[in-house]
Amino acid sequence: MSDTPNPNDTPESAGQEPEEPRTPHRIIGTPPPAQSRAMLADETGDHHEPPPELPPVPDNPVRARRAERIVAACFLLSALAGVGFIAAYVGLEVNGLDSTLRSNLALGTSLSVVFLGLGVGAVLWVRNIMPDVELTEQRKPLASPPEQREEFAETFNAGAAASGFKRPLLRRTLLLATAPLAAIPLVLLRDMGPLPGTSLRHTVWRKGMRLIVYGPNTPLRPADFSNPGQMITVVPEGYQDNQVALAKATTIIIKFAPGQLRPPTVMNWTVDDIVAYSKICTHVGCPVALYEQTTHHILCPCHQSTFDAIHGARVIFGPAPRALPQLPLGTDSQGYLIATSDYHVPVGPSFWELGGSGFTGGNES
Amino acid sequence: MSLITARRRRRAAGYAVIVLGLLTAGVAYATVTGQPGTAAAATPSSASPKQIAEGASLFSVTCASCHGMNAQGTSQGPSLIGVGAAAVDFQVSTGRMPAKEISAEMPRKPPVFDTAQTHAIAAYIASLGGGPAIPSAAEVSPIGADMALGQSLFITDCAQCHNFSGAGGALTYGKYAPALTHSTPTQIYEAMLTGPEAMPVFNDTTITPAQKRDIIAYITTVRSEANPGGFSLGRIGPVTEGLVAFLGGIGSLVFASIWITLKRREHT
Amino acid sequence: MSNSKGLGGVGVFLDDRTRGAAPARRFMRKIFPDHWSFLLGEIALYSFIILILTGIFLTLFFQPSMTDVVYHGVYHPLDGVRMSEAYASTLNISFDVRGGLLLRQIHHWAALLFVGAIMVHMLRVFFTGAYRKPREFNWIIGIAIFTISIFEGLFGYSLPDDLLSGTGLRITQGVLQSVPIVGTYLSFFLFGGQFPGHVIIPRLYIIHVLIIPGLLLALISAHLFLMFHQKHTQMPGKGRTETNVVGAPMYPYFMAKTGAFFFFVFAVVALLSTFAQINPIWLFGPYNPSGITAGSQPDFYMGALEGALRIMPNWVSNVGGYTIAWNVIIPAFVPLGIIFGGAALWPFLERWITGDHREHHINDRPRNAPTRTGIGMAAVAFYGVLWLEGANDVIAAQLHIPLYTLTWIARVSVFLAPAVAYWVTKRICLGLQRKDTHLLEHGVETGIIRQLPSGEFIEVTRPVSEEVRAVLESRTGLPQLPAPAPGEPGEGVPAPSERGAMGKLRVRLNRVLTEGIPVPTGNGHGNGHAELREGEPAAVPSGADHGRELEAGSPDEEERPSGH
Repeated sequence: MSDTPNPNDTPESAGQEPEEPRTPHRIIGTPPPAQSRAMLADETGDHHEPPPELPPVPDNPVRARRAERIVAACFLLSALAGVGFIAAYVGLEVNGLDSTLRSNLALGTSLSVVFLGLGVGAVLWVRNIMPDVELTEQRKPLASPPEQREEFAETFNAGAAASGFKRPLLRRTLLLATAPLAAIPLVLLRDMGPLPGTSLRHTVWRKGMRLIVYGPNTPLRPADFSNPGQMITVVPEGYQDNQVALAKATTIIIKFAPGQLRPPTVMNWTVDDIVAYSKICTHVGCPVALYEQTTHHILCPCHQSTFDAIHGARVIFGPAPRALPQLPLGTDSQGYLIATSDYHVPVGPSFWELGGSGFTGGNES
Repeated sequence: MSLITARRRRRAAGYAVIVLGLLTAGVAYATVTGQPGTAAAATPSSASPKQIAEGASLFSVTCASCHGMNAQGTSQGPSLIGVGAAAVDFQVSTGRMPAKEISAEMPRKPPVFDTAQTHAIAAYIASLGGGPAIPSAAEVSPIGADMALGQSLFITDCAQCHNFSGAGGALTYGKYAPALTHSTPTQIYEAMLTGPEAMPVFNDTTITPAQKRDIIAYITTVRSEANPGGFSLGRIGPVTEGLVAFLGGIGSLVFASIWITLKRREHT
Repeated sequence: MSNSKGLGGVGVFLDDRTRGAAPARRFMRKIFPDHWSFLLGEIALYSFIILILTGIFLTLFFQPSMTDVVYHGVYHPLDGVRMSEAYASTLNISFDVRGGLLLRQIHHWAALLFVGAIMVHMLRVFFTGAYRKPREFNWIIGIAIFTISIFEGLFGYSLPDDLLSGTGLRITQGVLQSVPIVGTYLSFFLFGGQFPGHVIIPRLYIIHVLIIPGLLLALISAHLFLMFHQKHTQMPGKGRTETNVVGAPMYPYFMAKTGAFFFFVFAVVALLSTFAQINPIWLFGPYNPSGITAGSQPDFYMGALEGALRIMPNWVSNVGGYTIAWNVIIPAFVPLGIIFGGAALWPFLERWITGDHREHHINDRPRNAPTRTGIGMAAVAFYGVLWLEGANDVIAAQLHIPLYTLTWIARVSVFLAPAVAYWVTKRICLGLQRKDTHLLEHGVETGIIRQLPSGEFIEVTRPVSEEVRAVLESRTGLPQLPAPAPGEPGEGVPAPSERGAMGKLRVRLNRVLTEGIPVPTGNGHGNGHAELREGEPAAVPSGADHGRELEAGSPDEEERPSGH
């Protein structure tokens, strides 16, 4: 490389003498071997062989010799690291975070050194030991010569003629035969899933179903949820481990101070200023739950649709097109919060069959 | 009207207590500093009059300019009557209060007051109108907690704002959910209990004290655990990973390819 | 090696059965041009190999199953948590299998590098015009590889069934469900019913480990075969013409270099995997449709799509009882449709506008096609804005900029930034062209000041070296259509009617596309610079020797004629 001091820069490089050269000593002033070979070939010009394109010796034997040692060191290092990898694999058990950390560090470092050693060694090899060459290869035009194209066309047409493909009955019935064949793979995919039906319009919420706090799975009384500014994720009792049900039925309840809630929130569906909204964003279905008790915003962490919890969770920013549906709430005989029905509009992302009735903000009864 | 009269009565009580506190200061000081009063501050009712007096004087110097001489609130700051000792301890011990300036979100800073002073102010505010008390060390201890339940609760009700690892996240209009990196178990407990700023409240009847400890156990365990795969990249998800892939990965490989294809220049 | 007079035993054995000696010899002597940017595609190729190798390892331990289990493994914080077998087995790979975490991380980092390298490789090909005839097919194959790689990545990182990727799947399902007419059916068929169902992980698994890798393998093979068959393009330079390839032979040079580069790619991926934690699924927790994390982000290659979803206003239409969710389908299909569709059509559009049906094997320097470079940068800006917006919540949280402000900035700049990028890039390119012209006409400033006998001071300039001159003179300008002269069809251009609306449009686009600084010397003949080179030695003043010493390659090089 050009940025390392090159012993050959000074013509009378004294440094060459102590290290007995393995390649023939070059006398100053004679051309480098590659060139001398070339000249030789030129002089004995009756050889039909052109000068060798790849000279068999390095451009700079001194540097090549030094590089050889460095390359060998790189490869040795790589081999050692490879052994180190195996040693680390055998020696370091993993059974938790800290042991994995040690193992990952040891295995990863040794593997990196294996490849770095090989890579650096190979590049130094190419750059310092292989002679620098630049060869030229001619490109042939990619287009075939006209006569070849003609031959092709003739052969093709001859084949087509011999095949009798021009007979309309054969051609049409063959095409006809392939049409159902193309449809068969599609038909076979039919049983990949059930038809949607109206399932996107409903959740598992039913009249009388208790709201339970997700996680501990405990029901709530309005009195338990009494501080204005409270928010918690609830799910229908009995469905806490049913992911398909939860993907639509997950709900948040928020407690307000008396008189804070405003239309289009349906007041009949609240209990003691506790309001329940679907937690499934009407944009593409992320759970929305970044509730800010100061601004009453419910923000979706995925695409930042923002809903105003005071005003029936209407949309105030972002790509969601519909308010979060409101779940009608009541209490059961034991005083626990229950749903008094399913959501009145579909929850979650829009879909083709949703229709305009899905856009009434949940206050349709 | 009854609210105002109640407050007047308290104000008078407060002044009386200040006088009393000053008189007994010398004796009481040693006991307060010797026992930085988790027990004393645990419930406002058990706060000593002296402590309340000290709190009141600190309050009048540092807090009253925004929250009013009697914590009744001004245009600059909300009323603190009824917020409770836990809210005060959270705000003051995290350095959010006293605030340097009003901004969308009060940042966490080194606290101005030491624990005793903080508890004194908390006791004073609690004496004005009750509210949640500062939890005791035992109440916030993660030892023996059910981390699985804590994980479930954290992911369902906390991570949406504070991120899966408690690294924090953006809210609307410049507000943000702070990182939980430096929050003490007490502060996490207090935050759930009192809902500081935009944060919703998680009272003890919804998320029980035991469940709060489960959440605290999950947060404190996960945040202090090692990153077995190397540097954490902030634990904020794929954004930093993409950045590292381009700058570190593609970038270093571009250097490698430049080296490999560099033209050799022989100097002769 | 070259000394051996004949083939060895294995060679004879093989050649006896294949008659392969001649093709193998040609293969060994195949010339590959050298330029650092030609290795960008190799990053992708080698990442792909790493992905296959590590992927095979991961399949030995991964359970693509959504069956519920309760975890009781070595990672305490999740002890007793319900999760799918897929998630549990990923925890197992991370914490119980030796080297499992390392290979998981290598797999993920290599995936990011794979897609990232495809992106920068595509940019290189676009900006150098390397997609031009005869390489349009390979360009389109490349776009196909890019497209399905994105899906491969999305499906791959969804497999562990963690909270973050589950949220990504939820979004994917929401987008699918919003597709007009067939959306609900597509979603129900893919997920085997309602989201999330119990089959999506096994289905994604087979797509991820078999179907798409198979497709990728076929497309990458085709890509490499075509590249090999058509021979690689080269950058302009001394001795390089449209009819040759100048470089080092496959054996041993290219093999050694590309082998070294493979090791570097593997080393970089291994280093990243040792020191930078990626996709720590144990922190995300198992997927649960009630949970969500702040900063829910996809991997970077989905970022533009995510950003497009974020900036879109909430438009929907209800027509005849049916809902068209513009708020989802526009961002999901339009921006990437513009990028991918535009990229796929561009070679043909450019060919139509310029009427240039010649083969091109010498790459353009980006400055020499200012309009194309400008359009490319506009696309980069467009994609970049969407990409950044995809991380707007993280940017807002880290830099304390209000969230909606960022969204509004993105809403404006998604239109503005491409226009600005186009204009600025074009001006920069034209400026660089002027500088090149100046260099060619006046030479390089040496910094040496001479006083003339008259007392006047002049700065000595020296002509640019041959090497540099060849590069500078590569600018021939794109073919211009003749002005629409009534009656007379343009010479040399297959003339479609220039009077029709399309013809006028074509001429106008041609004016924009071919804008550039006039080529300084001997221009006017558009036959490529092979011809320029013929007359050149006479034009090079003797002073050029000085420049050669500084600029030219090894002495061996000058022995060789530049063409045969």
